[in-house]
Amino acid sequence: MTAAGWLTIILFAIILTVLAFPLGGYMAAVYSGRRVILSPILGGPERFLYKLFCVDPTREQDWKAYAKSLIVFSLAGWLLLYFILRTQTLWNFTGLNPTGFHSASWNVTFNTVSSFMTNTNWQFYSGETTMSYFSQMAGLTVQNWLSAGVGIVTAVALIRGIIGRSGKSLGNFWQDLVRTILYVLAPLSVFAAIVLVSQGVLQNLSNYLVAHTITGLTQTIAMGPVASQEAIKLVGTNGGGFFNTNSAHPFENPTQFTNFFEMLLVLIIPAALIFAYGRMTGNRRQGYAIYGAVMLMFLGAVTVAYIAEAHGSPAQHAAGLHTGVIHGSTGGNMEGKEQRFGIAGSALFDVVTTVTSCGAVNSALESFTGIGGAVPFANLSASEVIFGGVGTGLYSILLYVLLAVFIGGLMVGRTPEWLGKKIEAREIKLAGLGILITPLAALFCTALATASAAGRKSVAEVALSKAGGNTPQGFSETFYAYLSQANNNGSAFAGYTGYIQPNAGNLGAHGVTFADLLGGLDMTFARYAPILFALAVAGALAGKRVTPAGLGTMRTDNPTFVILLIGVIVLVGALTFFPALLLGPIVQGLTGHLY
Amino acid sequence: MQRDIRTSAIAIVVFTILLGILYPLAITGISQVAFPGNANGQQIHLNGKLIGSKIIGQNFGTPVLEKNGKAKEEKGAVVTEADPRYFQSRPSATEGGSHNAAASTFSNHGPNSVRTKEANEENIKAYLELNVNPTTKKEYDPGLTVSRIPVDAVNFSASGLDPEISPANAWIQAYRVASVRRLSLARVDALIAKYTSSRALGFSGEEGVNVLELNLALDRLTGGQG
Repeated sequence: MTAAGWLTIILFAIILTVLAFPLGGYMAAVYSGRRVILSPILGGPERFLYKLFCVDPTREQDWKAYAKSLIVFSLAGWLLLYFILRTQTLWNFTGLNPTGFHSASWNVTFNTVSSFMTNTNWQFYSGETTMSYFSQMAGLTVQNWLSAGVGIVTAVALIRGIIGRSGKSLGNFWQDLVRTILYVLAPLSVFAAIVLVSQGVLQNLSNYLVAHTITGLTQTIAMGPVASQEAIKLVGTNGGGFFNTNSAHPFENPTQFTNFFEMLLVLIIPAALIFAYGRMTGNRRQGYAIYGAVMLMFLGAVTVAYIAEAHGSPAQHAAGLHTGVIHGSTGGNMEGKEQRFGIAGSALFDVVTTVTSCGAVNSALESFTGIGGAVPFANLSASEVIFGGVGTGLYSILLYVLLAVFIGGLMVGRTPEWLGKKIEAREIKLAGLGILITPLAALFCTALATASAAGRKSVAEVALSKAGGNTPQGFSETFYAYLSQANNNGSAFAGYTGYIQPNAGNLGAHGVTFADLLGGLDMTFARYAPILFALAVAGALAGKRVTPAGLGTMRTDNPTFVILLIGVIVLVGALTFFPALLLGPIVQGLTGHLY
Repeated sequence: MQRDIRTSAIAIVVFTILLGILYPLAITGISQVAFPGNANGQQIHLNGKLIGSKIIGQNFGTPVLEKNGKAKEEKGAVVTEADPRYFQSRPSATEGGSHNAAASTFSNHGPNSVRTKEANEENIKAYLELNVNPTTKKEYDPGLTVSRIPVDAVNFSASGLDPEISPANAWIQAYRVASVRRLSLARVDALIAKYTSSRALGFSGEEGVNVLELNLALDRLTGGQG
């Protein structure tokens, strides 16, 4: 560990907060329908889009109408993306398939399409050997935008339900979606893409280069329109890399600076939304309380990961390596890490990406030490509420807030109230279901995949290790795969396979149907069920009368509540996942045994 | 419902044109005008020939020749042997030969895996052998032992294309390169310092030595001869 490493972590938290605060104010204004600085430029295009879409943005929708629009729109996106990916060669006339890649098989495409629609961006395929530039741009990049938009509007609708003074309206889905894309995602993405290119990220439509090295070897170098996808991949907490190794690839993340910048891009909207929530409720302290709770958990996770990775792995020590800091090298577990990011930059990035639903990685999670690898597991076990994905993080933690208010109310023996609204059986039932769906999906799929012969085909450890895959690592690969997909995260213990590709370009390649389908269903179910429950909670709260806070009201904006909230999150996560975590990463972290 | 279907169908097509075609093309246009070098991969040419990208790691080994004079191949990849005149990149786990920039990949070696230990040991052995003078049988860098090897020199990088090595790794290799190329150690160390990237803003990331740039500079210094 080094002073610079700790400084990186501390300054990251400070700079993030400083940037997210004003953005939160801006977003609150956008969703409250007030004029913002970009209104003069974007007002025209916004109205033009409504006209094209044949929608009346002032038409109010109750939660069912809102949910219907959201589901139908997502389905349309799924169908178009599946069509584009399965007809990859049909688009060769655009000149955007210089490598001449064919389409991937139906099963892995099913998985990929579900993955991008749900903001998961789990990837069984590898970008530079599978996808044409056209598929990356017109297919995958588009869903990077839209799935992020769908997440954000759900959170906005839930806030409207919480603060609604009368009636059942949650706003208009189409208006929220168009505003999210034009006013929030577009300015950030364009800015980010240009900054990234200025630092060395690729952006071209050329053929792959063939270089002849100074020692007489040949090296083919993949090219592509990377920066435009990289920007929205991070800003929308999508995480699907243009290249197989994602943000570890020098063309996606070339320097020490871009690494820091990319981490900020991932967390900026989730952090800003928490502040926006505070402003929209009319009590900024509500936002500060949630921000405080998630920031504390975030810093805890980073601390553990950094210490564990700096310590090094049992395999390194068994080989005789010294993993301490020496002059000119910071040591630590450098397996699957890049020199320019080092230990701190890798540990921080991977916490950033697993607390949110981003899932872009700048190092190999599978090669993290036992305890270092337990951190992403724990982050996912908290169901993406520690900042979480764009929108998903906020609506998920608001369900936890509801639960915490309820439990707090029971403890002191008073009727639970939240922002002046009585919490009753219906809301708690819906919130409880919304919270439990994701863990249930993850555990069910893990159990199914671990117990079945078809599921074990995907585990790299089965073929490679002497113990035949009956190792903590083998279990971790399966467990992480379905946990990550259920949480719509998309990072991976990448030994888990769903696509066998002997050559670049999909010829002779085939998917692993079991893993592809189970994963696709896992992602879809665990994405839309919580969205529906969140919208239903919003609908239930929207119609409630507001009663002024009395002496007996439990406050939800003070440190006591922050502790209660953290307690509830940790308790639910630990109770659901602790037995499974013990079998995988924790047992590896506790022993120096090699399998 | 019907209205939702119609709006969704229009919206998805409009968004695809707007965000999937116009947006990437616009960014491509801006990048190609404002940052053509970066946008096209920071290509390095030598005598009019493309020799690589500044930020993509390479294999600085020479092909191993069979008795018939052909390059030896294993699993479709050319077998190479590290060239002692050049600084060597970090180990790469890409398929189809190391540093395959058309198929980046991690090693996916677990922390408690026997395979990881064996791979580490293999890389350690190769690193030690390369840094021993074949005629005197002594380490170029006096006192080089397993425990002094910097971890980046024997652990696989994340992308398989890491363009950089740690300064400590470079300093050890400098003894070999200086000796083989008959340069003074100070001169090689000065070049290392010249091609070392620093932490961003003074704290973010780690210093790294760009191997390709360093090797090219060495060739310029000694006319490509060792």
